Amino acid sequence: MTEPVAPSVAPRPVAVAPAAPVSPANRAIIEIDDVDFNYGASRALHDITLNIQERQVTAFIGPSGCGKSTLLRCLNRMNDLIDGAHVSAGQIRIDGVNINDPRVDVIELRKRVGMVFQKSNPFPKSIYENITYGLRIQGQKNKSRLDEVVERSLRGAALWDEVKDRLHESALGMSGGQQQRLCIARAIAVEPEIILMDEPCSALDPIATAKVEELIHGLKKQYTIVIVTHNMQQAARCSDRTAFFYLGKLIEYADTRTIFMNPANPQTEAYVSGRFG
Amino acid sequence: MKRFFDAELEAFRSHILQMGERAMDQTRLAMKALLEADIALADKVIAADDEIDKLEVQIDDEAIRYMTLRGPVASELRLIVVGMKASHDLERVGDEATGIARRSRKLAIEPPLELYGDLPRMSKIALEMLRDALDCFVQEDEQKALSVIRRDPEVDNLNRALYRRLTSYMIEKPDTIARALELMFISKSLERIADHATNIAEEMVFLSKGLDIRHSDIGKQDILPTSGSNPPV
Repeated sequence: MTEPVAPSVAPRPVAVAPAAPVSPANRAIIEIDDVDFNYGASRALHDITLNIQERQVTAFIGPSGCGKSTLLRCLNRMNDLIDGAHVSAGQIRIDGVNINDPRVDVIELRKRVGMVFQKSNPFPKSIYENITYGLRIQGQKNKSRLDEVVERSLRGAALWDEVKDRLHESALGMSGGQQQRLCIARAIAVEPEIILMDEPCSALDPIATAKVEELIHGLKKQYTIVIVTHNMQQAARCSDRTAFFYLGKLIEYADTRTIFMNPANPQTEAYVSGRFG
Repeated sequence: MKRFFDAELEAFRSHILQMGERAMDQTRLAMKALLEADIALADKVIAADDEIDKLEVQIDDEAIRYMTLRGPVASELRLIVVGMKASHDLERVGDEATGIARRSRKLAIEPPLELYGDLPRMSKIALEMLRDALDCFVQEDEQKALSVIRRDPEVDNLNRALYRRLTSYMIEKPDTIARALELMFISKSLERIADHATNIAEEMVFLSKGLDIRHSDIGKQDILPTSGSNPPV
């Protein structure tokens, strides 16, 4: 009798995190389906499956190196800019379309999925030009249209009243908190559907942080927001749903209250209560 | 600066006040049912206790949610903690009112015992104490809270006096024991309601001054020590 032969490929481990219940009021705009991600030979994400609901704030939390920023950057293919970085298995779909399909225009994708970074990065131009930059490179030259977008975006970013009298001054003369809100205004100027925020408040003081959090709360009426944060209080305050990552795996994904009050996984509990990470 | 979750705190505060109003109404109606031997009214009071219980659950839920998601500190933290405790006291007030209504129901079908004595006065004082304690929740007025605490012995004394009177009455007329005992329990319930009002008043001092005056003589003093630290226990 012959020994049973072990399969040449080990079966994929079962996803650790149970799928979070989806509120019927909001459809899943982003579907992350069994995704592996590699930086060259090194695997940074393992079997990530989660859905992100439209017009909700979803927070990614976890210790440094857990893969939360990597996953965020997958959502508008920012990782394309890194040599050897690629989605090695699975699919990420936005509105049902696989965003890594070669037919997808990455510029179009990034118009739909805007991004705000950890460190505010206004262009060394005026406030007005920062906001209109995206539209100008798209060929928009109509002055009254551009004026309208500037006002709408700055109002949307709760910045209009503070800067309306100095729109043509350099953006670099603004405070750190204002610069970050300007970057949010710049992101919403091109009317994206989804805004990704990678540690948007880590360089801000508590008041500026509170203003950005207030803004995030207001923006979700119109946009789907995914935020990576090290600040657990921020995740608790701002988000509707929270995903906890550890060592490249999704450990738990649930509504934010559950994650912070009654997490199912002991690792989540240890992290949110500050016992590791 | 106003924050998007400030409305949650205001809703929390108003739910406690709403619960307080309910508890006071219940007490008032239970006493009316007793004095007017109104069985239908007593039944109404008994049935309405559920609403107070639900408010207690709701308030706890809001408090836990706020603590989990909003990270309250300083006066906000005190408000949440005090709110949870006050809602527990108010739930007990509701239970005492239900108890009074149940006993009123029993007494209403018996020949009347004209020994109500100071019960109306006790309930008036207990309700005033409760009203003033809840006012402190809005005004954060610790002097008013202290005045509530100082009124508690008055209700205790009335309860003791009625207890003595009823005891002698029962010795003289053993056929009234069952009814007199009901009155004793009602008197005790009113005394307990005043105790809950006192607890709430003590909690209000903690809310406005951050000072825990329970189980100490501080509540009997006219002027509170400087705020900020708890007295040694």
